[in-house]
Amino acid sequence: MSDYSTNEMMTVAAARRLKNGSVCFVGIGLPSKAANLARLTSSPDVVLIYESGPIGAKPTVLPLSIGDGELAETADTVVPTGEIFRYWLQGGRIDVGFLGAAQVDKFGNINTTVIGDYHKPKVRLPGAGGAPEIAGSAKSVLIILKQSHRTFVDKLAFITSVGFGEGGDHRQRLGLPGKGPVGIITDLCIMEPEAGSNEFIVTSLHPGVTREQVVEATGWQIRFADTVGVTEAPQAHELDALRALEARTAAAHGQAGGEE
Amino acid sequence: MAELLSLREAVERFVHDGDTVALEGFTHLIPTAASHELIRQGKKDLTLVRMTPDLVYDLLIGAGCAKRLVFSWGGNPGVGSLHRLRDAVEKDWPHALEIEEHSHADLANSYVAGASGLPFAVLRAYAGSDLPKVNPLIKTVTCPFTGEVLAAVPSVRPDVTVIHAQKADRKGNVLLWGILGVQKEAALAAKRCIVTVEEIVDDLNAPMNACVLPTWALTAVCLVPGGAHPSYAHGYYERDNRFYQAWDPIARDRDTFTAWINEYIRGTEDFAAFQQKIASKHTAEAK
Repeated sequence: MSDYSTNEMMTVAAARRLKNGSVCFVGIGLPSKAANLARLTSSPDVVLIYESGPIGAKPTVLPLSIGDGELAETADTVVPTGEIFRYWLQGGRIDVGFLGAAQVDKFGNINTTVIGDYHKPKVRLPGAGGAPEIAGSAKSVLIILKQSHRTFVDKLAFITSVGFGEGGDHRQRLGLPGKGPVGIITDLCIMEPEAGSNEFIVTSLHPGVTREQVVEATGWQIRFADTVGVTEAPQAHELDALRALEARTAAAHGQAGGEE
Repeated sequence: MAELLSLREAVERFVHDGDTVALEGFTHLIPTAASHELIRQGKKDLTLVRMTPDLVYDLLIGAGCAKRLVFSWGGNPGVGSLHRLRDAVEKDWPHALEIEEHSHADLANSYVAGASGLPFAVLRAYAGSDLPKVNPLIKTVTCPFTGEVLAAVPSVRPDVTVIHAQKADRKGNVLLWGILGVQKEAALAAKRCIVTVEEIVDDLNAPMNACVLPTWALTAVCLVPGGAHPSYAHGYYERDNRFYQAWDPIARDRDTFTAWINEYIRGTEDFAAFQQKIASKHTAEAK
C-alpha cells in the first residue's frame, strides 16, 4: 500500500499513539481527526473529552467547532466548561492531551498567540484556548502539526503553552504535574524528547522521507536518534477508515474538518 | 423577577456606554441577536468579555463599540481568523483596542469566582507560559497549606451578561441544555443578566437537575427565535457552518464589512427584519 498522502501518514501515525482505553483531551482540527481515527481503528475504547464539555464523545463526522452538537449528542455526559477544566483536567484525570500548534520549538513549547512582538504583532493568531492548561496538567501530551521552517522554529516569538521550557528538568522545576510532550508527529517524521536534555530528536522517519528533507524543514539544528526507525506505512484498513471519516465529514458539513 | 421585554428595550435599559459586557455561549447558543442590537443602538466604549470572541465580537469590534477585549481564543472556528479583531489589534482600526488575554481555564475559573462572590480564582498551569508576562492581571498566590505557588486571576464581574437559551416560561424562568459553556456562571457573575430565548412556553417541564436559571436571578427575558444564528440552538437548529465561511470574505475587508453592517444591521429594525433581509438575499441569489 503506497498510495497515500503525507497528511494521511501523519494522521495515521498520530492515531496509533493513542492507547485503547486512555482518556484523551482533544484539540480541534488535526488532533480531533487523529483521535477519532484511533477510536475507529486501533482504540475503540479511547475516551474523547472536548473542552466545551462533552466527555466520551463519539462523533460520526469530524466537528468543525469545538462545541458541535454531535459531540454533545454522542457523549456519555456533557458538563459545564468550567467543570471540564477544574475537575477533569486540573483534577488529573486526563492521560493524553492532544494538541495542534502554529509553531513549536525544540523543547516542545507551543506558540498559538502571535508572530512578531506581542504588542505590535505581525500576525495575531487566535490565542491560548485550553492549551496552556492541557499542556500543563495532562499526564502526557502529543503534538501534531505539519513540518516546515515556519512551524518548527529555533525561537518562539511567544510561549503560549509550555513543553519542557528551557529543556532539561526545567518543566519539573516549574512545578507542572504532567510528563509534558512525549511525541511530535509531523507529515515527515516522529520526534521524541531525548533523555536528559528533553530536546526533541527524530526517532522515526515516515517511509520515503530523507534526513535532508527533515533538516530542510526544521528551523533548528535537528538531531537524529542513534537508531532511527521507519514509520510503518498506513495500512489499508487505516486509510479506509480515515477516508470514510473525511467523506462523511465533507458530506455533513459541506467542507473538510477544520485543519486549524 | 425578570421582565419579559423586547430585546431593544432590554438593551436600551440595561446596557450603558462604558459597561463591561459578557456575551457568553461556547460555540452553542451564542447571543448573536444581542450583538446586533448593541450595534443598532450605537453602544460604545464597552469592555467585552468572552472566552471565544467569535463572530459576535468581530462585529462589535469592527462596528467600533469596543474599547477593551477580554478573551481566551479569538479565531473563526473551523475557518481561520477573525479579521475585524485582527485589524483592530494589528492596525488600530476602527480605533485602538486594548486586549486582556487569558487561557480558557483561566476565564472559566474567573467566571466561577465571579458567580461565587469571590475576588479571584486560582489555577495551576500558567507556569512557563508567556501569558503572565503580557497580562499583568495574572499574578501568583502561595497556598497557605502546602506552599505551592499557583496562578491567581481576578474574578469576572460583568455589569451585564447576555446569554441565549432554548426556553423560558411566562414568569421568566429559563431552561437551557446541550453544551452549557460558562453561561450559568456568566449569568450569576453579572450585576444584570439578559436572556434571549427561542420560545416562551407555559411549562418548562425541566427534568430534575436540569440547568434552570430562576427568574429572580435574571433581569430581562426576550423572545428572539433564531437569535443564536449562525451558532446553533440544540433541538431547534444546527450550526450554519456556511455562514461562518461566508463571514471570512465579508469581514476581511473594511469597506465590505462596513457596507454589510450598514445594510443588514443598522439598516434593519430588529433581528426579525435582519433575518428576513438575509433570507430574501439568499432567495435572490439562488434564482
